[in-house]
Amino acid sequence: MNVKNRFIFSLIVSLPMLLEMILRPLFGFELPGHAWTMFLLTTAVMAIAAWPFIRTAWAAFKNHNANMDTLIAIGTSTAYLYSIYAMLVHQPVFFEVASFVITFILLGQLFEELMKGRASSAIEKLLGLQAKDAEVLRDGKLFRVPLAEVVVGDILRVKPGQKIAVDGVITEGSSTIDEAMVTGESMPVTKKTGDAVIGSTINKSGTFMFRATKIGNDTLLAQIVDMVKRAQVSRAPIQKTVDKISNIFVPAVLIIAILTFVVWFVLLGADAATAMLFAVAVVIIACPCALGLATPTALMVGTGRGAKLGILIKSGEVLEAANDIQTVVFDKTGTITLGKPVVTDIIGDEKTVLALAAALEHSSEHPLAAAILEKAAALGIKVAEAKNFKAVEGKGVMATVAKKSAFIGNAKMLGTTKLDAKLEHEMERLQREAKTVVIVGESNKALGLIAIQDAPKTTSAVAITALKKRGLRTVMITGDNERVAQAIAEIVGIDEVIADVLPSDKADHVKSLQQHGKVAFVGDGINDAPALAVADLGIAMGSGTDIAIESGGIVLVKNNLQDVVQALALSQKTFGRIKLNLFWAFIYNILGIPIAAGVFVGLGLTLSPELAGLAMAFSSISVVISSLLLNKTRLTPRRTA
Amino acid sequence: MEKLFVLIGATLLIGFILWWFFGKRQSSETEAVMSENNEQKVEVTVSGGYTPNTVVLKQGVPANIVFDRKDPSGCFSHVTFPDFGINEELPVGEQHAIEIDTSKAGEYQYSCGMNMFHGKVIIK
Repeated sequence: MNVKNRFIFSLIVSLPMLLEMILRPLFGFELPGHAWTMFLLTTAVMAIAAWPFIRTAWAAFKNHNANMDTLIAIGTSTAYLYSIYAMLVHQPVFFEVASFVITFILLGQLFEELMKGRASSAIEKLLGLQAKDAEVLRDGKLFRVPLAEVVVGDILRVKPGQKIAVDGVITEGSSTIDEAMVTGESMPVTKKTGDAVIGSTINKSGTFMFRATKIGNDTLLAQIVDMVKRAQVSRAPIQKTVDKISNIFVPAVLIIAILTFVVWFVLLGADAATAMLFAVAVVIIACPCALGLATPTALMVGTGRGAKLGILIKSGEVLEAANDIQTVVFDKTGTITLGKPVVTDIIGDEKTVLALAAALEHSSEHPLAAAILEKAAALGIKVAEAKNFKAVEGKGVMATVAKKSAFIGNAKMLGTTKLDAKLEHEMERLQREAKTVVIVGESNKALGLIAIQDAPKTTSAVAITALKKRGLRTVMITGDNERVAQAIAEIVGIDEVIADVLPSDKADHVKSLQQHGKVAFVGDGINDAPALAVADLGIAMGSGTDIAIESGGIVLVKNNLQDVVQALALSQKTFGRIKLNLFWAFIYNILGIPIAAGVFVGLGLTLSPELAGLAMAFSSISVVISSLLLNKTRLTPRRTA
Repeated sequence: MEKLFVLIGATLLIGFILWWFFGKRQSSETEAVMSENNEQKVEVTVSGGYTPNTVVLKQGVPANIVFDRKDPSGCFSHVTFPDFGINEELPVGEQHAIEIDTSKAGEYQYSCGMNMFHGKVIIK
């Protein structure tokens, strides 16, 4: 019989006794055959609803173990057996105590099961997101095949509204894709040929073909699920102390109950029934479950919520580490900045300058060329044909465009001619902003300037401000020169800059920062692995599908710095909730046991065993509810995007 | 007189509880059995605890621990291996095999969902 049926059974059987309890003081109503009827009803409850408790308690006892069931079994059996004895010697009986306690505890367990189901369902929902089948190109024809038959290298077609089956790269077509379920990004993302797509996300607008690159357990979603699962069963270090207490908890409570009986019966001269009721109340009110549930439920809800936001927290240990971070160190390239140069300013006639520059850089593989071509494409500028290319070492490129000699490069390209005053002034200004400036010109005359920079992400400044508001020191570490680094730091508001650092020395700098307090390191995980590992908390920012699972304690699926703020907030909230739960579970037992033992009888404060049962049931439910509330707490500041 | 008996009885009972739950004793230890296709298997009965309490596995050989849950108590509904990221439901009255990664030697604790009952896996 499951918990629900046991509860219904014991409720129905207990009802006549409840009726008597209420009606007797009012009308003197008694059940026919008072004690014997109660004996029969309670025997039914004990034999059917309470039996599993007794069975487990006995099995545990034989293994020198004790748990929840031990307390329930001993508490209710004591009341039951004492009442049988009392009935035979015609003393007042307390059968209803056993029945009511069992009913209340089963009610509590029923609620608890429902709640725990809700706390752990987040991760199962993620797996339910997978597509069931996919349209695969085989021998030039499209076939619908089950997901399991898709292999790496297959070309798949996705129509609007369909789910993308596995991870891959678009080979043909473009579309907007809703990736919210995996990355937590609420805006649909535009993807074109060559872009990576994530399995289980939803195709919104266009039809496209893609090549499967990762299937089964290798897909991003599968990895996320695996990681969250691991996090949810991991133990926070704080749990170790709790474990020590729960190991001695039940035997300790039993001893306290015996002492309670002895004190009341032997020292205070109470009658055996009163002393027994106090002892039973002690056994019933004590609740090791609340202690046991405090950490795992909060961990489950916290990490589950993180997963939905694209924040993957790897373990309870990480949560605890995130709690007392004082300094956040950022890698610059790719973390604070976009990680690729873009055109930021164009001086002179925008179209003319850019068109000329694009023509000159068309076949170049220089990273700056890519930035110029991208800008030209974005503005819809047609690239004219260029002939007679000539690269001038350390200066720039020359070519013939539209029958005129054109050039792009640095100041040396101009030779003896000088920039006019206005351009000269602008060039200085842009260089002060740590931008790379190139001159574009025709027949030895400069037409304009193009400034290029690895610009900060739009979210960086907001995120840094939010971190500072949380009282954290922010540090940027980079291999770039001091001037460029300072300029970026000023734009985003970073407190401190460590520039000219070789990639291999990043970890050493993190170590020296650790002398002033706990350090979190935020990096993209590609060349930052040592620094991520050395830091007290490593936060790896993922870009697209290649998330650096191994390197960070927290992995951010989105490439958005504001998630660092959210991740820290979530970790602190979750850890705070664990502490609150544990505090509550301890306080409940520390206050509840003396009250049940009758320490405060002088103040008129007592607890009958039935009320103790009710309190016990709801103490564990309250812990689970408290954990579930983590889903609702605000992780300020809210994202502005 | 009656009070004296109660006092003596209570003292004996407390002594018994201390001895029974906290006394030092050896836990049952069982080595896994190798099957013909180079796999090892061991059965653990779940009833008021995990019997045998300690399971010894050979390193590098694929291993399954078959949990036989006889105990309906909600406490045993899940078994958790924090080191392996395993948290699985054990259906009552069914044999449920859990695969253990034996690539690294060491001692690994496992427990019920609420961490009240413990068992141990030793890989060597």
